[in-house]
Amino acid sequence: MKANGAEIVTTLLERQGIGVVAGIPGGANLPLYDALGRSRIRHVLARHEQGAGFIAQGMARATGRAGVCLGTSGPGATNLLTAIADARLDSIPLVAITGQVPSALIGTDAFQEVDTYGLTAPITKHNYLVRRASELLSTLPEAFEIAESGRPGPVVIDIPKDVLAQEVELEAWPEMRRRTDPPEPHPAQVAALARAIDGAERPVLYVGGGVIASEASDVLRRLAHRNSIPVTTTLPGLGAIAADDVLSLGMLGMHGARYTNRVLDEADLLIALGARFDDRATGKLSEFCEHARIAHVDIDPSEIDKLKPTNLRLVADVGATLRALLPQVAPRRRRRWNGRVVELRRQYPMVDPPVEGRFQPRPLIEQLARLADPDCIVATDVGQHQMWVAQYFPFRRPRSLLTSGGLGTMGFGLPAAIGAALAKPHQRVICVTGDGSLLMNLQELATLAELELPVTVILMNNGHLGLVRQQQELFYGARYHATRFERSPDFVTIAEGFGVRGVPLGRAAHPEDALAEALRRAGPTLVDVPIPPLENVLPMVPPGASNRTMIDREACHG
Amino acid sequence: MAEPRKQVLELLVNNHPGVMVHVAGLFARRAFNLEGIWCGPLADGGRSRMLLLLAERRPLEQVIRQLEKLQDVVSVKAWPDAREELFQVPGWGAG
Repeated sequence: MKANGAEIVTTLLERQGIGVVAGIPGGANLPLYDALGRSRIRHVLARHEQGAGFIAQGMARATGRAGVCLGTSGPGATNLLTAIADARLDSIPLVAITGQVPSALIGTDAFQEVDTYGLTAPITKHNYLVRRASELLSTLPEAFEIAESGRPGPVVIDIPKDVLAQEVELEAWPEMRRRTDPPEPHPAQVAALARAIDGAERPVLYVGGGVIASEASDVLRRLAHRNSIPVTTTLPGLGAIAADDVLSLGMLGMHGARYTNRVLDEADLLIALGARFDDRATGKLSEFCEHARIAHVDIDPSEIDKLKPTNLRLVADVGATLRALLPQVAPRRRRRWNGRVVELRRQYPMVDPPVEGRFQPRPLIEQLARLADPDCIVATDVGQHQMWVAQYFPFRRPRSLLTSGGLGTMGFGLPAAIGAALAKPHQRVICVTGDGSLLMNLQELATLAELELPVTVILMNNGHLGLVRQQQELFYGARYHATRFERSPDFVTIAEGFGVRGVPLGRAAHPEDALAEALRRAGPTLVDVPIPPLENVLPMVPPGASNRTMIDREACHG
Repeated sequence: MAEPRKQVLELLVNNHPGVMVHVAGLFARRAFNLEGIWCGPLADGGRSRMLLLLAERRPLEQVIRQLEKLQDVVSVKAWPDAREELFQVPGWGAG
């Protein structure tokens, strides 16, 4: 049989089980769109390639399977870069397929030519510049295998226009490839970890996004309860253990609770599971868990000893490791240690922000959690609202929080929410965002309106780049510059203009009812919530400082 | 801190145009001091041998693990002796 490069791509995507792709057509990838139009794949037309990249990420983050986005050459490819880099830092499986100028024009500064291969080499797990259509038969399946295997990540396939149009004679379609089996944990190392847990008086489980990627939440909970080990999570790890689990310490680090960081400070064994000792989590590294032995389980060998020397290392899938570990760990109550945790919790509580005044962040997030469907997925943007969600929204399931943790990309939330809603059509998706973030990918409201997805956008509108303003207040002598929007748009009018229902919560007679209705209503809604403009996310560890030195409200106003 | 030490890493890589971008980019990105590169195709044409001369204070384990993660890097080996002379081109006045 005969097929051209573009038909090979669409056929292999179909065979890979890809039902939805997000992208934007342009000159160099037109042959691909020609084939796409004749395929069974549903194409979601984003309004900016970065939106397409984050829609694909939203699908991937909600399901664990690789998401696919498409862009043309030049600006199409450069617009995808942020979403690709974001996927790299949060280990999200993504396959980005870009058009390239015809092979004969590569290197001539042709119209819409950019070195996509060179630009994406440092931000992908792997990338390809395809030179012949026949290569696609191996490149496509391999790209999915790489994206989903081991530590997941983004893969870019750059295809010149003539290669998309080139006809190939082929006998059979290649086998599809998915994630390969992760390395099995070494039995001696598992036994050593079991002994370390047995010998520890004050162990803590430090859980990162790797636990969610390896779908290890159940076995994590069983292990924690069997041996009564308190569990803290990073931002991407939220949902790996239920927030209301008696052993949950919540999130650690810069905006974690004070008691959480204190508990870590007293630990004698830190068991890091699929976590990478990021500076936002550890604070000043030399003072992080100073008294603890460190055990580190990670599928990526280059993470072990990268930042913190470990006493016990285990390069393997975290789920497989915990399953092997579970029967070797003796049941234990650890009354003294868990008693101490309770004491620290009392001594160093989460300092309550004032609750008087309308639309204070904490009560707002708590109200949202009460009103929302327990099955909902929450996508956030980046900034104060993201930290308030992380602190106060009680996540109970893995993949119920989609957030840009590593790269911290403002503009992530709305397109990621669209992607999640496409992948999980029966679940409500809530996008909690800020006015600064929303404006960075506002155009995707048009995509949302067109798709009529059940996405509720909760806009925590403070007219500022709040988290940056907060840093100017705390660390730059309150010398504010370029963090207040001198003029803000009317977001309700804007939403309505895009065809999304807008709810001005500040003008609602019964805000709670209006919020509840917005969370139930079919189709997309944007709720504009005028939150107090100068609230801070507290407590906070100053960047570069030890997690022991948390700024709280008294210190802030003292 | 220790003095920078000359060390050589030997890489077996897939022979295609992008591999140099990945290897050189990794050293630049992780701020490892790369002093010399020697590279040539093997007889089968599908693979190349690459020698990298490094002057580093830090241990190389971390960068070796990063190199091993690159899809086009087949194997990485640290030489026991640097053998810097391999990187000196006669008549260029180097060294």
